Amino acid sequence: MIFRSYCILAQKTAQVLVSGRHQLPTCIWLSFRRSASSLAVCPPVLSVQPTRALVDEKFQIVVRNLRPKQEVTVHSLHHSEDKEYWEAFGHYISDENGTVTVMEDASRGGTYTGTEPMGLLWSLRPIPGSRHGLRLRKMNVLSPMVVNISVYKGHLNQGFSEEAPLATVVTERWYLVPGVQRVDIREQGVKGTLFIPPGPGPFPAVLDIWGGGVGVAEHRAALLASHGFVALALDYLSVNKKGILHVETGYFEMAYNILQSLPQVSSERVAVLGLSLGATATLTLAAYSKTAKPRCCVSISGSHVHHLKILFGILQRMNQRLPKTRLDENNHFILRGVFLPIPTEPDLKVDVDKIECPLLIVIGQDDQSWATVESTEDIEQIMERSGKRNLLTVLSYPDAGHLIEPPYTPHVRCSTFINQHSREKVMMLWGGQTKPHADAQEDAWEKILLFLHKHLYQDIPPADKL
Amino acid sequence: MSGKEPCPLVVVRPSRGIVDEKFVVLVQNLPPGLAVTVHALIHSEDDDFWEAFGHYISDDRGCVNVAKDGSIGGSYDGVKPMGLLWSMKPIPGSRPGLRLRKKDVHTPLVVNISVYQGHMNERFKDTPALACAVAERWYKGPGVQRVGITTNGLKGTLFLPPGAGPFPGLLDLWGGGGGLVEYRSALLASHGYVSLALDYMTPKTSGNNTQHVGNDYFEAAFRLLQEHPQVCADRIALLGLSFGTSVALGMAVYSPVIKPKCLVSVSGSHVMPVNGSLSDVFAEIKKNAHNTRHDEENRIIWRDLLLPIPDDPSKKVDVGQIQCPVLLLVGEDDQNWPASESAEDMRQMMEKAGNSHLLTIASYPGTGHLIEPPYSPHIRASNFMVAQSRTKVIVLWGGQTVPHSKAQEDAWQKTLVFLEDHLYGIKHR
Repeated sequence: MIFRSYCILAQKTAQVLVSGRHQLPTCIWLSFRRSASSLAVCPPVLSVQPTRALVDEKFQIVVRNLRPKQEVTVHSLHHSEDKEYWEAFGHYISDENGTVTVMEDASRGGTYTGTEPMGLLWSLRPIPGSRHGLRLRKMNVLSPMVVNISVYKGHLNQGFSEEAPLATVVTERWYLVPGVQRVDIREQGVKGTLFIPPGPGPFPAVLDIWGGGVGVAEHRAALLASHGFVALALDYLSVNKKGILHVETGYFEMAYNILQSLPQVSSERVAVLGLSLGATATLTLAAYSKTAKPRCCVSISGSHVHHLKILFGILQRMNQRLPKTRLDENNHFILRGVFLPIPTEPDLKVDVDKIECPLLIVIGQDDQSWATVESTEDIEQIMERSGKRNLLTVLSYPDAGHLIEPPYTPHVRCSTFINQHSREKVMMLWGGQTKPHADAQEDAWEKILLFLHKHLYQDIPPADKL
Repeated sequence: MSGKEPCPLVVVRPSRGIVDEKFVVLVQNLPPGLAVTVHALIHSEDDDFWEAFGHYISDDRGCVNVAKDGSIGGSYDGVKPMGLLWSMKPIPGSRPGLRLRKKDVHTPLVVNISVYQGHMNERFKDTPALACAVAERWYKGPGVQRVGITTNGLKGTLFLPPGAGPFPGLLDLWGGGGGLVEYRSALLASHGYVSLALDYMTPKTSGNNTQHVGNDYFEAAFRLLQEHPQVCADRIALLGLSFGTSVALGMAVYSPVIKPKCLVSVSGSHVMPVNGSLSDVFAEIKKNAHNTRHDEENRIIWRDLLLPIPDDPSKKVDVGQIQCPVLLLVGEDDQNWPASESAEDMRQMMEKAGNSHLLTIASYPGTGHLIEPPYSPHIRASNFMVAQSRTKVIVLWGGQTVPHSKAQEDAWQKTLVFLEDHLYGIKHR
């Protein structure tokens, strides 16, 4: 009777579509074991604050009204844009008041242990039975990442979809603050997405360059705009119609120039930030451009070894037979060999000693994709020799991998990489262990923002520092 | 043309908040010691503009932190973290008698925060700002479902918290203004209650007959909550504001069907014909129409319509028979309803009957009739449509902005604690 009346209610709820066990909202996820209408025990109260936050903001999850010393599992679930399910969970025991405070209490098991306020996000992983090699990326930054937080009875490790949770709340994680404008850029052959903070400006700006994956990722630029920078997420890999990856430094210069000339941008305060292949583009621009003079640069998981042309060539020929690469015991593809040994001849490397602006280098010591540790050592030596060591700041994180993303992005040790030219796939080993990699992402982002604020906003620390 | 120097930055955290959450507004990158005005603007659904502003001086780091620094002028002064919201008033030149109420709870209130150079009091529209930010204020938390209710002749909206539940329930009754007002229920659902906002003032008209809803209407509403699979049937509260309190108290005492676990009365009174229908209540109030007064600006004061508090027991709800905890929230400057006098009389009745241990009264000085969720802008008077005669008048609600806003914050806190205590069994120490 309860079931039927519930279905009638569900039908009346026009917006709610139930097509699968995991479909949101989870109120439909009932096991109907519990009689709804009479309850001897008070239900627990689960809260998350803030309910809607920026992706780099911490949240506070509190469970109240449990029994004292009750074993519970706090669980997070996210349904991604590409229709995959990611979950994380921690095992807790309530205190004598029947309360669990995730920010303060220690998880005794699950996908993370210890006192980890944000473990429910950074330890997210594909649910059992998912395809191998997934990576979590938000392509549409105009909508939030929606995460269900639930609390279950007992210390569970699986079967979350078969159990009825004691309580569920929903939280939104946004890459954009309200008021940030998103503008598609198609100008003078340059392609990208521009994010402009609200207000009259002018603002400092960041040219944001990703690596060798698909198209352009907007999420970091959106986040930078939410911190007060005009940010241009540059698309440079899909521009060539012939299917040949061939982009000159001139393309990046043009992009820099377009950004700098915007009326909302303070032309003297532009930075370039790149990850992986984008870092090479960053170093190249900073070293060689006669017109682009960034105020500062950030290179994440980058290397000065091989000029862009060579790297594009490598990207195009990316498959398991590529010389100097190898497969590990799990058939995961290790690329880093192509950078080694670090050449001694200067013309095989980007001339970093020509860089005139402060440079922040961020690397993971377990980077299996690029030889960033060795490259950075070489960069340090080169800059030492040319008396420019004071321009360089190096952040080197033990057990962190290649994909150093904004904080709380789930760590993946490997994921599917598709060669855009040949459509061949490899399972790319990025490296890193989850907890140290998550710590690295959090620390690196904070320091990147501080670095950008220092050089672009005249030494004023970002909001969270005050 | 872009200047060479970058502009100041204003940051709001959280940038998307629930309406009862505090926020922090931070301005940075100003020259030190600069006089600035921090200004907030809302463009309402009714196409009006509301604004508030504070006067500050940047510190030696070039920052202003509205949560920590004191405003030295504007629409609020002193350290008032949320002053940019609760001190909002319609901008100069607006239509008179406005009230800020959110109709569509699927979208947030959008607040534009701007920083201006100097200590300004007007002409914000004509002056370029130094920096801007946008903050959203939501009545509805993520995952809260909204369900329109038209079954059993009822007209209302049900809000359900996310999750399977079951949850305690709440019947949410607004006052004589009528209509279907959803925002408080959306907010309560965001706090874990299945909340039914009920439209009961709209009379049914068929031919020449205008009929108000009978008591069975409220019983049907209560039963809907009781029978809902996601509601704990024995944990349902009644929450009434103004006239809604009269309904709530009457039902709690006299209805064989409605047995609330607890009751919250905001700016309410127990004075009404015993076990009367809505029509009876209106007829009785009409008898006292000559008690209507006006203030110096010809705004209507209706508080005397129920005064003096009758001794005749047939003219007021016998609160001595109430069996559940009751929280009375009362504004001492209520010009619309004699909430203070009623609360005092209720206290005496319950003491006499021996059930006054169930009663909690929170009485707020300088506070008017419209005790709304926190940070809602205070208005001392506004337009009101008299339902029966369809005439527009301006009603005096009362209250002074600063104490009234403080009261709203405290009253909401007390309401949430009270509901958690009696519906969730959570004792706050």
